[in-house]
Amino acid sequence: MSTEEKRNSQIFQDSNNIYYPEDEAQVSNVVKELYKKNLPTELIGTGSKSFIGNKIQSAKKLSLSKLSGVVEYLPEELYIKVKANTPLELIEKELEKNNQELAFEPIDFGFIETGKSNKGTIAGYLACNFAGSRRFKVGSARDHILGFRGVNGKGDIIKSGGTVVKNVTGYDLSKLVTGSFGTLVALTEVVLKVLPKKNLSNTITIHTEDKKLVNELFEKISSSSSEISGAVYIPDEPQDENYKHNKEMVFKFNDLESKGSFLALRIEGDKVSIDERIKALTQELELNKLNISILDVYQSVPFWKKINNLELFAETKNNLLRAVIPPSKGNELMQKLGNKYKYYIDWCGSLYWIEVKSKKNMKITEIKKSIKELGGYLTIVKTSADYDYEETIFTVDDTRLLISEKIKKSFDPKRVFNPGKMYRGI
Amino acid sequence: MSELVLPKVNKKTLDKKEYIFKALAKLTKPENVLSHADEIKPYETDALAAYKQTPLAVIMPENTQEVSSILKFCYEENIKVVPRGAGTGLSGGALPLNDAVLLSLGKFNKILEIDFENKCVVTQPGVTNLGLTHAVQHKGFYYAPDPSSQLACSIGGNVAENSGGVHSLKYGTTTNNILGIEMVMMDGTICRIGGKTLDQEGYDLMGLICGSEGLLGVITEVTAKILKKPQVVKAALIGFPTIEEGGNAATEIISHGIVPAGMEIMDKALIEATDNFSKAGYPRDAELLLIVELDGTESEVNELLKQVSNICKKNNCSSLKLSKNEKERLSFWAGRKAAFPACGAMAPDYYCMDGSIPRGKLAEALLEIKALSKKYNLPVANCFHAGDGNLHPLIMYDGGDKEQLRKTEEFGAEILKACVRLGGVITGEHGVGVEKRELMCEMFNDNDIQQQLDIKSSLDEKNLLNPGKVYPILRKCAEEGRVHVHRGEEKFPDLPRF
Repeated sequence: MSTEEKRNSQIFQDSNNIYYPEDEAQVSNVVKELYKKNLPTELIGTGSKSFIGNKIQSAKKLSLSKLSGVVEYLPEELYIKVKANTPLELIEKELEKNNQELAFEPIDFGFIETGKSNKGTIAGYLACNFAGSRRFKVGSARDHILGFRGVNGKGDIIKSGGTVVKNVTGYDLSKLVTGSFGTLVALTEVVLKVLPKKNLSNTITIHTEDKKLVNELFEKISSSSSEISGAVYIPDEPQDENYKHNKEMVFKFNDLESKGSFLALRIEGDKVSIDERIKALTQELELNKLNISILDVYQSVPFWKKINNLELFAETKNNLLRAVIPPSKGNELMQKLGNKYKYYIDWCGSLYWIEVKSKKNMKITEIKKSIKELGGYLTIVKTSADYDYEETIFTVDDTRLLISEKIKKSFDPKRVFNPGKMYRGI
Repeated sequence: MSELVLPKVNKKTLDKKEYIFKALAKLTKPENVLSHADEIKPYETDALAAYKQTPLAVIMPENTQEVSSILKFCYEENIKVVPRGAGTGLSGGALPLNDAVLLSLGKFNKILEIDFENKCVVTQPGVTNLGLTHAVQHKGFYYAPDPSSQLACSIGGNVAENSGGVHSLKYGTTTNNILGIEMVMMDGTICRIGGKTLDQEGYDLMGLICGSEGLLGVITEVTAKILKKPQVVKAALIGFPTIEEGGNAATEIISHGIVPAGMEIMDKALIEATDNFSKAGYPRDAELLLIVELDGTESEVNELLKQVSNICKKNNCSSLKLSKNEKERLSFWAGRKAAFPACGAMAPDYYCMDGSIPRGKLAEALLEIKALSKKYNLPVANCFHAGDGNLHPLIMYDGGDKEQLRKTEEFGAEILKACVRLGGVITGEHGVGVEKRELMCEMFNDNDIQQQLDIKSSLDEKNLLNPGKVYPILRKCAEEGRVHVHRGEEKFPDLPRF
């Protein structure tokens, strides 16, 4: 765009070719312009998760950061409507006032990037659809979005869903845009389902090196009616002094023996209900035969925060993989991983976070192959500086890729939004 | 029957009828193709029995490969296809078309795998919703979504409609309770989405397919999540002297931080109707009846029941009963579950509406419906899934009287428009189908609908799969159509509807 064109363009853009529209109408106008001129554009919020996905070659950037603020919050209706680029932190603070929360426990990806909290915006979070530890109990981000407004790749303002949980009016596009990494719609407003926060939380930790037992425990936990809302296993591997030191620093709690491997499970609710469930679990999991400790609420809450912040991998310079498998395949995967990698297991045996040192793309390819064979999928959430992109960031098969291409075309026929962010050709 | 605009009949298809029958008979066992008038008559309608259309032929394939071959053939020959599950849908989503092959998934009736380790069941789509629970209940598990027709409705149909039930607030609808599907696209492509893992990477195609009413693909396999039954379930039955006080209590329960497993409201008309019908022992003096069901651990449920009782007392409830045992809990529900047949017994016909509204607008909605009832001079009874905001007004009328029929249509449409005005939607769980097609414009503008149609045509570019459903045929949202009536001739008289 020439200087003159820039001057004539109605929406402010800075010297780095970044547009900063202030409202939905302006977003629509900018996108119409981009569409007309066929300009590939990167959508950005605060950039907290811009390292996830493929690198984009874009002519322009479209910052949606000015579309921020709570539009409507009705605690008794269990929803909050916000402009799409409202900081997650602000939403969480607002909900906290009414003792409510986003139940899917958004992950704070700031820690793996910079070692500090950087939660970014709700739109960015929805674009990734990576839920935290409570996922296996309450669902993912996609299960908590009720509706949205946004602008498609042609510049048309569109909406879907609403504010009610039961809604089958037309296609459920809210689910489709969640996890689409900004390749379908520039979100301008979202409605989220919120839920009451549980009063208290306790965590039982079980110290064991027996991997078979770990998987048996995961199975029992997921079969239990005691409503366990978090179950992770932190293996004490690999044999690396730095890692061990780091692990001990991260999980430094009075009542937690941080040496060795441990499985931790969370119980949330009122005191009497927690006590009752711990009693039930003592029987169900035969806790008396195991080496256990219990973290009270003052330790339990920060413990799960650290898990959700991926603090074990804080400031990692290596590749960080996120693999999801059917939980019954845990033994096989753990055997394959052996003691070669730093990893931990979340979602009661379903989710593996695995760190693979740089210059080891072959290893990633191997792991990915195993994961696929086990019926799972793998995403490379963070890549090392020397990553050569030989292995794709996401997992997709040919048929789904073909369908995805068609869907992309229906929203964004000229591939204006985040081209190549997910897959080539999308 | 009210006049219904359907897609233009393709004369070429009708002209080559015999050729099509012969070709189809080669794609599955010949006895799985029905084309004789007597054989196809039962398939003329789904549970929205006011509309009837004779399909070109009915085909009942037995496996995914056959479905794929049939769709590929129809795609190549430009023949429309209407998929059908158990035919229990209330919005005409499986209404046949004269020039379309009706693809029945009735033979897909086997559970393929019960996987307790991964907490899921892999099943063919024709298995009933309740069939899933029956298959796993011996180990204390169940499938959570529980539409009232669960005895007969198929899991494939549940996916197509994104069916809910009375426990949706806490346990979600179908879309939140399935892990994977296999489906066949209109051109015959077989596609697997998800599996036994939580979530899926990439575009959430399962989220898109769930609730797409058979317009995007034919579901041939479903992997459904199963849950462990809660330790304890108890219920409270509470009467209120005014609509406002009962509505306020329901809202307060939620804002107090309680998430009931189920919360149902009935108005006076329905309390009387159901109590006459099922002798449920409901408080007949109440203007509004609230049923609150809680689950969890024993002490948790007792504590929550105490809190619910206090909230209801604060809101001047006139009666309050807590279930002392399972038998009593079920008796609380007996009347509620008899709501539809009770209305059926009070008038020759009834028309069940299905809108969603924000919980807090309940009193407003009920008062508006009351005023409309007066305006149209037609009795109405209301039940409301207060947990998730799903409202089911039942308008009673005589379908033999054309004027009443017309008034009922108008009344129904006004209710749904009111739902939208109050911040809700035109269908909470029954789907749009042909019934509410024209009302889509109440919620969506041209851009919104165009985007949805673009998705449709990207996956079915010839518009052959279930055409004429969900989206208004007379496009441009200014041209408002009419809502059509569900009258008499209940297709599944034995099914509870609530």
